[in-house]
Amino acid sequence: MKFITSILLTALLGYAAPLYLPWWSFAITTFIVFIFLRQSPGKSFLAGFLGLFLLWGCNALWIDIANNHILSQKVAVILPLGGSSVLLIFLTACIGGLISGFSGLAAAYTRKK
Amino acid sequence: MKILPFSLAAIITVALIMVLDMPLPVKDSHTPRLGYFLSPQKGFWQNADPVDQELNETHAIKGLQGNANVYFDDRMVPHVYAENEHDAIFLQGYLHAKFRLWQMDFQSYAAGGRLSEIMGDSSNGTNFLKIDRFFRRLGMVSGAENSLASLESNPETKAYADAYTEGVNYYISNLKDKDIPFEYKLLNYKPEKWTNLKSVLFMKYMAFDLAGFEQDFEMTNAKSVFSKTEMAALYPYGQDSLDPIIPKGTKFAPAAFSMKPPAGADSVYFNYHSNLPQTDSLIKPDKSNGSNNWAVSGNKTKSGKPILCNDPHLGLNLPSLWFEMQISTPQMNAYGASFPGAPSIVIGFNDSCAWGFTNAMRDVRDYFEIKFKDSSKQEYWYDSAWQKTTFRNEVIHIKGKPDHIEKIPETIWGPVMYDQDYPDMLHTGKAYACHWQAQDGSNEIKTFRALDFSKNYDDYIEAMKGYECPGQNMIFACKRGDIALKQNGKFPAKWRGQGDFLMPGENDTYAWRGFIQDSANIVDHNPSRGFVSSANQLPYDTSYPYYLGGVYPVYRGYLINRYLGRMQQITVQDMEKLQTNNYNIFQEMARPILLKYIDQSALSEKEMKYLDIYIQWNLQNDAIEKGPTIEKLWWDSLMTTVYSDEFSRSSLPLPWPEKSTLLDGLLKDSTHYLFLDNTLTSSQETLQNDITSAFKKMIPVLEKADSENNLVWGKFKKSGIRHLLRIPVLSRLDLFSSGGETEINALKEFHGPSWRMIVELTDSTQAYGIYPGGQSGNPGSPYYDNFVNNWVQGKYYPLLFMKETAMKNRPGLKGTMIFKKA
Repeated sequence: MKFITSILLTALLGYAAPLYLPWWSFAITTFIVFIFLRQSPGKSFLAGFLGLFLLWGCNALWIDIANNHILSQKVAVILPLGGSSVLLIFLTACIGGLISGFSGLAAAYTRKK
Repeated sequence: MKILPFSLAAIITVALIMVLDMPLPVKDSHTPRLGYFLSPQKGFWQNADPVDQELNETHAIKGLQGNANVYFDDRMVPHVYAENEHDAIFLQGYLHAKFRLWQMDFQSYAAGGRLSEIMGDSSNGTNFLKIDRFFRRLGMVSGAENSLASLESNPETKAYADAYTEGVNYYISNLKDKDIPFEYKLLNYKPEKWTNLKSVLFMKYMAFDLAGFEQDFEMTNAKSVFSKTEMAALYPYGQDSLDPIIPKGTKFAPAAFSMKPPAGADSVYFNYHSNLPQTDSLIKPDKSNGSNNWAVSGNKTKSGKPILCNDPHLGLNLPSLWFEMQISTPQMNAYGASFPGAPSIVIGFNDSCAWGFTNAMRDVRDYFEIKFKDSSKQEYWYDSAWQKTTFRNEVIHIKGKPDHIEKIPETIWGPVMYDQDYPDMLHTGKAYACHWQAQDGSNEIKTFRALDFSKNYDDYIEAMKGYECPGQNMIFACKRGDIALKQNGKFPAKWRGQGDFLMPGENDTYAWRGFIQDSANIVDHNPSRGFVSSANQLPYDTSYPYYLGGVYPVYRGYLINRYLGRMQQITVQDMEKLQTNNYNIFQEMARPILLKYIDQSALSEKEMKYLDIYIQWNLQNDAIEKGPTIEKLWWDSLMTTVYSDEFSRSSLPLPWPEKSTLLDGLLKDSTHYLFLDNTLTSSQETLQNDITSAFKKMIPVLEKADSENNLVWGKFKKSGIRHLLRIPVLSRLDLFSSGGETEINALKEFHGPSWRMIVELTDSTQAYGIYPGGQSGNPGSPYYDNFVNNWVQGKYYPLLFMKETAMKNRPGLKGTMIFKKA
């Protein structure tokens, strides 16, 4: 339950913070989430990762479908990912996930013992 | 707290953020800030517009003087209805920015020699600092400052430009970070505030593109290796097949100045020897920046009303140079193509008339040699005395590097374009000042604005007054029945040959003798032949008392006049066919010679196969034909066969002769043409040898294209529309297209009809148009390139020119914007 809650909170705050702050500000909110919702380092990393992975992944997917993949197919050539929208969405999700995951992990190690 | 693992995890987190928040070097370029760029809330994903997006907005704005509405039709063309001119132009600025902000900003950077600020001093093999220095030394910035003074000294145009700038800046200041255009995110910089200077810089860029062509250095090299006879044959003045804009036989008033070359010019200027080393490339506008325009009077049309047509041929880019819109106030109602970056409808029509432009092609850019006293360049020799040089320091900011200061010596002739600090292409080691008409101030926007307001022929004549540079063939037609065409601009009065070569600059002997008086810029008004037309050919025959300079294509104009002369009962559909006509008039003239002199007995079976295709060809440069590929390769090959021996005399740049030069020469002299013999061989080559060996030499290229299935013209030509940053995936390449260099449908590789417009001036105006692009400059929008396929196929859209009441209730609108004064 705590695990699920922490994923949802990570995603929720990870969405809210960049509305006003820089793109990476979710790293701070994730850190705070895992200070309060204490879990093992492994679980913290995973929940932190999943929270942002799902948030960025779903957000990008949603935008991409509404856009009929026009832009993602172009960007996926520039980056270069062979023109694959799916790969680009996956890369997007992973980048958000990784930063958030390590932030959650750092938070997990702040507890005593 | 577990210090070590905590620190490790924290460091990784921070390091990840830092690395993903900075541009990373890749080869010769940089990535965007990847974390930011990929962030769905901030980065490029925000530029992926929903395909069914509607543009509905409501604004209350302090700067507005009244209320206004904007309706977007099904092609996303905005129709602006405002209560006054200020608000209408404010909204034009707002809309240009909303749809094209990055493009207009980028173009003003390019014009002002500021690309290094964005791109760094070099990137992906392009030396941006060199390009920036070129534009600075050419005087683009000082020229724009002069134009700004001219624009702002006129209260009407100042208010006009101010309103436009306000509108752009209203958009920019309300622009959320997540919504900045895609390319800013890709290149990692931010929009800057718009200014009137940026509008004027854009106009100067057009002046460079249209009135910046010259080949004075190459020509100077040419006279060092060719004899006088050879020069006259390689670079003739006027062409045999010329059908000028102002019909042949027109009597001209004598020149207002002496047009005799200076005494001693034969030894000093028309001298045919000197020694010069080593080659280099140079930034040049495309010499075929041209266009077609024509208007027919009512007695040649089915409706009995004039029809006006225009298609400017320019470099084809995405986002497109043009943005289509209607601007309506109680005093003015104009529709057409506008320049993102400047106010007004540029090529279009209003309730009473229609107008358009083609390029005049006159040579208004010359060089004068400067003798500095010493390397400090503080003084130069002029009028038998040492004159003080003034210096203009231009600062070029370079991304990631210290500023570069370009210290430009200024002389009585203009800025010193080339000297030891910025060597010329011939590496003469000398200093040359560039004297260019566009370095002066000019107020083109005044003319565009006045045309938008024009109601009749007199207004058209009035609108053209004071227009200076770039010189244009300005065409006009109105509902009262007038048609008219004038090559308009401020043109130097030159003697024959003046400015073809670099000129001595130690006194005013070689200076322009003045400017051609406007009465000698002849207006072709309601001519008896019932039409006016221009296609960048020479405006007058060679009896015109002034020398025009420049390079002029001849074939489009010839063919247009032939068709228009024969056509009667003309309809809009006829005009669509004419504007997209692919008939190869050049080959109509060239094919008989080629076939007469080719030695068929010397051809192998496979060579005969290609010759047969050429013989059977219907002379149409259609995408599906193979004939045009063969004719292009054959003629190029023939030019090389005929001229390459003479041109091997110099390793430095020489102007390659025009296609028409060889054709005219062969038509006139056939087997006695001066350059037929290959001077590098001991044998004596004949016309038959040259034509046959030219044919054989191109066979490997044909076979390769054939084996790759690229022999048909539409594939071989490889036409495309390139993104301004030359990123292939943001471009539309390999379009299967018809037309070509000498055809009316002048679509070459990356150059062609940038806005096709046909206006029939019936009581309720019937207008049609299309441009290769789309209204949105955003590569993430379905409106980015949605016109391209129809444009390639030669289709047109009906242009909706309606009153607000009709527009408002039109089904299929893509949005409505409501603006109120606050």
